Amino acid sequence: MLNLNLKTTPFHERTSALCQPQNWRKWAGYFVVGSYEHVLDREYWAIRNSAALIDVSPLIKYVIKGKDAAALLHRVTTRNVHKMKVGQVAYTGWCDEEGKMIDDGTISRLEDSTFRLTAAEPNLRWLTMNAVGMDVSITEVTDDVAALSFQGPNTRKVLNKVTEKPVDELKYFRLMTNKINGVDVTISRTGYTGDLGYEIWMDKKDALKVWDALMESGSDYGITPVGILAMDMARVEAGLFMLDVDYTSASHAWIESQKSSPFELGLDWTVALDKPGYFVGRRALEKEKREGSAWKMVGLAVDWVGMEKLFGKVGLPPQIPGSAIRGSLPVMVGGVHVGYASTSTWSPLLKTYIALAHLQKPYYEIGTDVTMEITVEHHRRQAPAKVVKLPFYEPEWKKK
Amino acid sequence: MTANQYDAIIIGGGHNGLVAASYLARAGKKVVVLERRPIVGGAAVTEEIFPGYKFTEFSYVVSLLRPEIIRDLELPKHGLKILPLPSTFTPMENGDYLAAWDDHDLTRRELYRHSPKDAEAYDEYARVMARAAKAIKPIINLIPPDPSSMSIRDLMGLLKVGQYAASLSEKELYMVAKLATQSSADLLEEWFETDALKGTKAASGIIGTYLGPRSPGTAYVLLHHYMGEIDGAFRAWGFAKNGSGGVSGSIYNASQALGVEVRVNASVQQVKVKGGRAVGVILENGDELDSKVVMSAADPKRTFLQFVEQKHLPDDFVTSIQNFRARGSSGKINIALSKLPNFTALPYTGNGANSVLHRGAVSISPSIDYIERAYDDAKYGQISKRPYIDMIFPSMIDPDMAPPGHHVMSCFVQYAPYDLEGGWTDQRRDELGEAVIATIEQYAPNIRECIVGMQVISPKDIERIAGITGGNIFHGELLLHQIFFLRPTPQWADFRTPLKGYYFGASGAHPGGGVMGAPGMLAAKEILKDGML
Repeated sequence: MLNLNLKTTPFHERTSALCQPQNWRKWAGYFVVGSYEHVLDREYWAIRNSAALIDVSPLIKYVIKGKDAAALLHRVTTRNVHKMKVGQVAYTGWCDEEGKMIDDGTISRLEDSTFRLTAAEPNLRWLTMNAVGMDVSITEVTDDVAALSFQGPNTRKVLNKVTEKPVDELKYFRLMTNKINGVDVTISRTGYTGDLGYEIWMDKKDALKVWDALMESGSDYGITPVGILAMDMARVEAGLFMLDVDYTSASHAWIESQKSSPFELGLDWTVALDKPGYFVGRRALEKEKREGSAWKMVGLAVDWVGMEKLFGKVGLPPQIPGSAIRGSLPVMVGGVHVGYASTSTWSPLLKTYIALAHLQKPYYEIGTDVTMEITVEHHRRQAPAKVVKLPFYEPEWKKK
Repeated sequence: MTANQYDAIIIGGGHNGLVAASYLARAGKKVVVLERRPIVGGAAVTEEIFPGYKFTEFSYVVSLLRPEIIRDLELPKHGLKILPLPSTFTPMENGDYLAAWDDHDLTRRELYRHSPKDAEAYDEYARVMARAAKAIKPIINLIPPDPSSMSIRDLMGLLKVGQYAASLSEKELYMVAKLATQSSADLLEEWFETDALKGTKAASGIIGTYLGPRSPGTAYVLLHHYMGEIDGAFRAWGFAKNGSGGVSGSIYNASQALGVEVRVNASVQQVKVKGGRAVGVILENGDELDSKVVMSAADPKRTFLQFVEQKHLPDDFVTSIQNFRARGSSGKINIALSKLPNFTALPYTGNGANSVLHRGAVSISPSIDYIERAYDDAKYGQISKRPYIDMIFPSMIDPDMAPPGHHVMSCFVQYAPYDLEGGWTDQRRDELGEAVIATIEQYAPNIRECIVGMQVISPKDIERIAGITGGNIFHGELLLHQIFFLRPTPQWADFRTPLKGYYFGASGAHPGGGVMGAPGMLAAKEILKDGML
C-alpha cells in the first residue's frame, strides 16, 4: 500500500509515548518531537542545567570509506582533513567553486580510512561528483544509525554511570567507542547547544536499549527528553546557525545574493587556507579573505528598555515569543536597511531578546547600534539593538 | 585613599546590599560591603546543613528579581539561572487534588474537573489581575514621591503617578481601589466557588503578613505577587540554580568582577556621624571605616534604631520606625529526604524521580477557612495547629541540591508568630516542626520514613541568623500603609534618611521584599544622583 507518512525514528516508540502536546516537527523526512511538554521552559532548562536527551536521528549521515576517504573530504570541505587524528571530530562547511556554502556538518574520523560525515541535506550527488577517480565508497546510513544528542552540565555524570568505559577523558570534539547496556555505541563530545554535551551514535536496532539505560541512570540527575524547539533556542544562544533558516545552500539559491560564504557566516576558523592542495572553492575564498567580506553573521541583543517603550505606547508589556522565530527581520541603521536577522529568540537564561543577524560592512562591527524590526500590535516597529560577539552564552564547562 | 577610606560603605551583604554595591562600583566608586555573618547572601543563602543536602534556608523562590539588574550586572555570566516551577498542586481534604499548570489550557481543563464555572472565571480573573498589576507596576520603578512635599522633584514624580493613574480606565481605577481595600477572601469569593482554588489563591495574599485571608488589605498582597507574572521575562515563580544562594552568589560574583570589597564577619556597631552627616562606621571589633556615604541594607529597625544614635534622628521619625510593622509570622522547615514522600492524591510509581507533582509547588491550602483558622491560632500568639504550607522539592528542579537519589524539601510555614505566647524555646520550635510534619502526613502518609534530617526555623531564628528584626520575611509587612511613599515611613521613602549621607536600600524600603533587588538598585541610583561621591 502506498504510504505517504513521514518516517519515524528508531526512538519513536519511546518519544511518541512521552510527547504530551503531540507537537511533532518534520525533519529531513522524519517525525521528531517539537516539544514533549506544553510549555518549553523545562526542556530548555534541562539543556542548561541538567541533562537533555534529544533524538537527532534524522541528521543525514554518510560513511565515507576507502584509501582516498581523507583525500575526498579534504577536497570537498574547508578543513585540513589529513591532519585529523582517528577519534577526532571536526565541524566544517563545504562550498561550491565560488566559495559559497552548500551545507555544514561534522566529520568524524572513525578509523584511518573511515569517516562519518553529517549533513543537513542530502549531499550524495555532490560527494560522488567530487569523488571521480578516487578509491572511496560513500554510503548514506541515515536510516541505519540512530543518534541521540545528550546535552547539559550533568550529562558526563549520567554517562559515567551507564557506559562501560568512563567518558571523563573524552575531550571536546573527540569521539570514543564504548558500550551502553551491552550495546556498541560511538560517543562524540559534540552538540548543537553550546553546553557540555555528547552525541551518541548506535545501530538502529539498539536504539531503545540505549534510550532506556540513559533515562534510568539519568533520573537522579534531572534527565529530560527534549524536543527540537528547545534546542533551537539553545543553539541561538550558542551562536550556531542552521541551513535553510540562517543561510541558503548555494545549490538551492535562486539568486546570487541568497548565497553566503563561510567567512560571511563567521566560520573563518574552519577555513584552512593554509592546507596543502586544491579544495573546492579555494580560489574564491582566498580572494574573499584578501578583500574582506561584504557581510557577516553577528549577534544582536535587543534593548529591553527600548522594547518596553515600544510596547508601552500601546499599553502592553513586551510580548515575548515562546520559542525561536525562524523568520527574516529587517535590521536598520538610521532608517536604512543594513541587513536582517534570520533567527531570533528570547533567551530565558540571559533574559534578553537575541538574534542571529547578517549585516553589511561596516555595520557588523561589535558594539554597533542598530534597530531590528519587531511587531507591536500589528504595527512594524524598530527596536534598538546592539551588535554583540557570538556566542551569546558559553559556559566554562563546555570545553573543559 | 587609605585602606579604610571608601566612597561608600554598604551595611549588609544580602542581595540588596550586593546589588547596591555593584551599581556603585559600576559607576567607578570604591565600595565596601560589610557582612555580619561569615557568608554573604543575607536571607538569600544556600547552606549545606547536612552534608550533601543543600538548603535554601530562608527565601526559596524568585519571581520579582528585576530583569534590568540581571542584564546590567550580567548575572547569567556570573552563574544565575532561574529554573521553572511549572505547577502547583493543592491536595484536598477529600483525597482529590487541584493542579495549576504553566500551560493555560491544562489549567483550565483541570479546573473544569472541579467547577466549569471557575474554569471560565479563571480566564477573566487572570486578565483583570494582570491589568491591575500592570497598572501598578510602573509605580514600582518610580522613586516614590512624597505627596506632602512641594519640592519640584516630588511634584514631578507625583505628576507622573497622576498622569499614569489618569491613563487608566474608570473600570481599572475602581479595580485598583477595590484591590487596595478588600480582603483576599472577599475578592476571591466574588470570582470562584472551588475551595481549594480559593484557598491556594488566598494563601499568596497572606504570605509575609500577620493577617488572615479575611483581613482587609490582603487583596493587594495578592496582586503584589501577581506582578512577577506580567513581566514576560518571568512568567511565573522560579527556583534559582543552587537555591536563593545562587541569586546572591551570582550578584556577589558580579560585584567581585566590578571590584567591590566584601568583608565578612564584619558586624557594624554604629554609624559614625560628624557635623550632622554619616561619615563612616565603627565595627564591633573596634575597626573604623570612613566613607562619603553609608547605605544600610539591613532592616529598618536595625538601620535606624540600632546603627544610629537616636539624637541624630528626629523624634517623629524614630517613632514611625518604631511603629513600622515587621511582625514575623512565618517559619521555614528544611528537610533532607532519603526518598520523595508519596502523596495519596497523586501517587507516583517507580522511583518518583519523574513525578510531576514534586517538580512544582505543593500547597497545603485546602480552603480559605483552613487558612483563616490557622490565622486564628496565630492571632493569640499560638503556632497554627494546621498551618498553611508551601512546599517545594528543590532537588527535583535542580538535581544538584541533594545527593543522587536523595532529595531536599523546603516548607514555608505560616503561621508561626514571632511573639509566641511564652516565647520561643527549643521545645516550641520542635512543636512547629511537628505541626508541619503532622499536617503533611495527612496528605503524604510516608513522610516520616523519608526524613533523614530536619531544620526548623522560627521567626526568632530568622532574626538571629539573618539579622532581620522581628523575623519578617519582607523586613516589614507589605501592608497598604507600608508601601510606596509610606515605606518605610512617610517623607523618607526615597532611600534618603533624615541623616545626611546615610541611605537606606533594603526590603524595608520601596518597593519591598521578595528577592527583587529593586531597593538596592534604586538606592544606589539615588546615591549617585546626589553627587556626594
